[in-house]
Amino acid sequence: MTTPALAIRMRDIVKTFGSVVANRGASLEVARGEIHALVGENGAGKSTLMRVLSGMYAPDAGTVEVSGSPGVRESGTAGLRDVTDWSTAEAIDAGVGMVHQHFMLVPPLTVAENVVLGREPKAGVQLDRRAAERAVQELAAKSGLAVHADRRVAELSVGEAQRVEILKALYRGARILVLDEPTAVLSPPEVQQLWEVLRRLRDDGGTIVLITHKLDEVMEVSDSITVMRAGETVARLRTSDTTPRDIARAMVGRDVALALDAARGPARASATPNGPALLELRNVRVDSPRRAGIVDDVTLSVAAGEILGIAGVEGNGQTELVEAIAGLTPLAAGSIHIEGHDVADLSVRERGDAGLSHIPEDRHRRGLVLDYSIADNLVLGRQHHFSRGTRLDGARIAEHARARIAEFDIRPADAELPARALSGGNQQKIVVAREMGAGRDFKVLLAAQPTRGVDVGAIEFIHERLRRARSEGKAIVLVSADLAEVLALSDRVAVMYGGRIVALLPRSEASAETLGPYMTGASGGTSRVA
Amino acid sequence: MSPEEIRREDNRWAEALLPPIVALLVAIVVGDLLILTFGQSPAAVYRLLLEGTWGNAYGIGQVLYKATTLTFTGLAVALGIRAGLFNIGAESQLAAGGFVAAAIGLLVPAATPAILAALLCAIGAAAGGGVVGAVPGWLRARFGAHEVITTIMLNFVVLALLGWIISAHMAVPESLHTAEIHSGAATRLADIMPVFHGSAANLTIVVALLAAATTSFYLFRTRGGYELRAVGLQPDAAEYGGVDVARVRFRALTISGAIAGLGGINFVLGYKHYYEEGFATGSGFLGIAVALVGRNNPWGVVIAALLFATLSQGGLAVNALVPKQMVDVLQAVVILAVATAVPTVRHSIRESARAAVRSISAARKRAA
Amino acid sequence: MIALAFIVQALRIAIPYLLAAAGGVMSERAGLIALTLEGYMLGGAFGAAVGALTTGSPTVGAICGMLAGALLALLYAAASMKFRANQVVTGVAINLLVVGLTRFFLRLLYDSSSNSPRLPGFTSATGSGFAALVTNPLVWVGVVAFVLVGWLLARTAFGLRVRAIGEHPEAAASVGVNVERTRYVAVALSGVLAALGGVYLALDQHQFTDQMTAGRGFIALAATIFGRWEPKRVAVACLLFAAAETLQIQLQGTQHIPSQFVEMIPYVLTIVALAGVVGRAVPPAALGREEQV
Repeated sequence: MTTPALAIRMRDIVKTFGSVVANRGASLEVARGEIHALVGENGAGKSTLMRVLSGMYAPDAGTVEVSGSPGVRESGTAGLRDVTDWSTAEAIDAGVGMVHQHFMLVPPLTVAENVVLGREPKAGVQLDRRAAERAVQELAAKSGLAVHADRRVAELSVGEAQRVEILKALYRGARILVLDEPTAVLSPPEVQQLWEVLRRLRDDGGTIVLITHKLDEVMEVSDSITVMRAGETVARLRTSDTTPRDIARAMVGRDVALALDAARGPARASATPNGPALLELRNVRVDSPRRAGIVDDVTLSVAAGEILGIAGVEGNGQTELVEAIAGLTPLAAGSIHIEGHDVADLSVRERGDAGLSHIPEDRHRRGLVLDYSIADNLVLGRQHHFSRGTRLDGARIAEHARARIAEFDIRPADAELPARALSGGNQQKIVVAREMGAGRDFKVLLAAQPTRGVDVGAIEFIHERLRRARSEGKAIVLVSADLAEVLALSDRVAVMYGGRIVALLPRSEASAETLGPYMTGASGGTSRVA
Repeated sequence: MSPEEIRREDNRWAEALLPPIVALLVAIVVGDLLILTFGQSPAAVYRLLLEGTWGNAYGIGQVLYKATTLTFTGLAVALGIRAGLFNIGAESQLAAGGFVAAAIGLLVPAATPAILAALLCAIGAAAGGGVVGAVPGWLRARFGAHEVITTIMLNFVVLALLGWIISAHMAVPESLHTAEIHSGAATRLADIMPVFHGSAANLTIVVALLAAATTSFYLFRTRGGYELRAVGLQPDAAEYGGVDVARVRFRALTISGAIAGLGGINFVLGYKHYYEEGFATGSGFLGIAVALVGRNNPWGVVIAALLFATLSQGGLAVNALVPKQMVDVLQAVVILAVATAVPTVRHSIRESARAAVRSISAARKRAA
Repeated sequence: MIALAFIVQALRIAIPYLLAAAGGVMSERAGLIALTLEGYMLGGAFGAAVGALTTGSPTVGAICGMLAGALLALLYAAASMKFRANQVVTGVAINLLVVGLTRFFLRLLYDSSSNSPRLPGFTSATGSGFAALVTNPLVWVGVVAFVLVGWLLARTAFGLRVRAIGEHPEAAASVGVNVERTRYVAVALSGVLAALGGVYLALDQHQFTDQMTAGRGFIALAATIFGRWEPKRVAVACLLFAAAETLQIQLQGTQHIPSQFVEMIPYVLTIVALAGVVGRAVPPAALGREEQV
């Protein structure tokens, strides 16, 4: 790489969290005045790398350099300086601004107040509100970020809130702007507005790093691309010299592609379509406080002995769909049937008794009571089946724990340890053991991100259990942000985008190439449902 | 055991034992300072404190009497905290319980067998406290109104209401108390063991121990307790586990109020045999202290209640040398010290564990 | 004339509420539950008594009272932030501590378990007349205190930071606001203001008596919540509560309304406000949240 004027150079960054390696020797070079896309699948280590850059995380190894110092921002010849291990405050001072996926805004304060917080303009001892609003208006006019300076952030749409976040960074003099999945929460017109803003910032000499996994965005707005896979940076490309296919290949990697070709999952495709439908969704709609119709008119049916994979970029309604089926979120419209019985009015517990199992996507928040023992966690949601009258049946709970620990090889094999003390993989095994272990009489399984944050061995084990459940005639809904996982296990693949099922393909027709356009919304309104 | 497991065991003991030890040391230092300020010898004061409490049967009786009430309010607060709820209304729940017990005691015919009357009074006391606890429970479940504020506010409302009923309708002239109950008085310990003569200790202490046992059983051995604790630890996980979180919160505050209310019989049936305004004063806040020091464990609550009762009674014993108000200060200091020591100890243990993990992984990295 | 007497009496009752509630707004907007107002007030009253009796100057007394309030507030802030103690438990403990300490030192210094000797006050006119009211500088301090808190919160950079950390401390920290330091300042100010309410009581009554605040700190807390943490509304709530109390005093003897029912008004209104029957009272989002361990 001999780019003359670099804005960022990160070399051999290593960052681990406990046993999870998020970055393993990742390197990144971004030239000044370009829009640089940092792409990769979920969990490839993109956000971690950028948090190292913005001072939120200190790297375990490697160096971080950024161009110049605030004083010499216009001089094209200033060299890089080593800023490894700096603090967020230092990063802000040096002109590195980060726009997080989860906004850091104070809802009851106005736009102007949020923007100037921490660096307030003053008139005497008072806060100069007029100056603050003026500064915001000027920045907004200059950058094209249309906002109302005097409105409360709580009243803003997500797109407006994001503009405020960008303004916050610009107000602090950001020359390097990092945006983490900025379009995940935006509508298509808002995305176009964002691109215009980013191009304008670039043309004014700013440097932009865009974290994304949507290839259409990459092609549309970026100048150059760095691809990450499994914590490493595996390719650096010029956007004008590449194709989405090349990027996808770099993202997924040859190895995984080969594994998919082997297609060992649904080899017996003929066995699947004829089973009775165990789970049926009809015109399901869910409203969330943030967005009406976060799940919008979803109709699906899953047969006995079938795994239906739901692919899609996170935040397109998958979470809400699963929670609605489980009974954790009310339906705004539609109906849910298990074995032909309408369960929409049943409680979580009653749905469980009707034959529904649920591996929730967030085991730390939903799936486990972290301070409960392994044994107690193994009966969560089934506590009424492990009771005699009002009493818990301690002996049966202990026996159940012994059996599940052995069946799923949960380590350490001490039923009285709190779940908190276990590794991520073993914690997930508790959830899986409870929801689909021997003796759990279920017909339908919701498996949401079943292998997220677990080690390789546990992934294989959990996949094997899912296949076995299928061969036992269960109906399984698999939601995963990991397309390779969906493709490896599913008999049919649905894609969710914007709360809708935009594609539903048999496994034989599903691939990263065929699904990609639907996942990224690139294929517009042309839903394809086989 | 592997080294890691031993370490975990060590941590558990440190987390359980360090805070009370720290609290005791801090209390002794502050106590010494106060005693010296007053120009007395700490050793002499502490000796008098112990002699006046555990040194004779009367002192023991008084400590047991006070510990009985504190056990009830402490259990009430502890059960609430297990459900993730802060019941600061134990004082008015206790008062309401005592009031209902006295009202029933006045209503039943004098010929009612004492045991039956006592049972009715006790049920009434629990119901009275339960109703007062149910109101903030309902406000929380229905409107999400924070129980810390609603229970405080209800304290004032309920105490004012009871004050009005007593002064306007039920008080013996020139007093703030009702007439004596007709039947249902609990047996004093002194009637069984004459050495306790003069002390207020009575059979309610058995009820308190039963309440602790029942609370312990409920929390740790029943499905309701399992679900209640899950709501307190992780409401989202409880909801996933099919628990109706709002209903559990309502139930928890109602039970909490009922336990506090049941405590009202200690004064009404066991001691004075009438309801008197102000008998519950301070017992609610001390109940918070008792729950805290007892780590929200029912048997820990019993022990902590004995500790705080010893301090209360000890204050009277040392009054000849130093003002009895010294123990008010010491009680507050114990609460502050435990409240600050528990998270601090936990935090430093976790920090040192993290540091250990870091150094191990660093060593592995160097080795690799 | 009756109307004037009513207003004068209501204002006299309102002043300690206004002072303490101004402190309540400051503390809660910064994210710390103001259960301790009662303790600050009682500490302030006792400090005023000691200062005034020792020097003969009510001004020195007022300063001593404010210092006592500030110290208590810093103790509360340190326990709940530096040591991560639960705010409710700490608040209750500090209230108990102040009751104990004032009783202890009442015995130690003045050898009484109920009250201090007679203090010098700001006004010689004791009664409840108009003159006694307007010549008492603390009355004006009370009015100014509320204006000051309203101005601080709405018009200064410090106030902006206080409002931000009470709602979303992580967001404030992410732009470089020193959350801990801002909270210390806000809470110390809350202690000083609430203590002034106690100072007013002690100097107005010309003595300190055991537990003389008698729950006024909790009425101020109720006003803080009933006024939805907005200075103007909170001031109105204080005046409303004081007016109700005045009415009850003036109706005494007529026996139409039992005094206990009037006593309940602030608390019942606050519960109703929390339940959201007439416009939901939504507290600052980070209020009472324990520091992450």
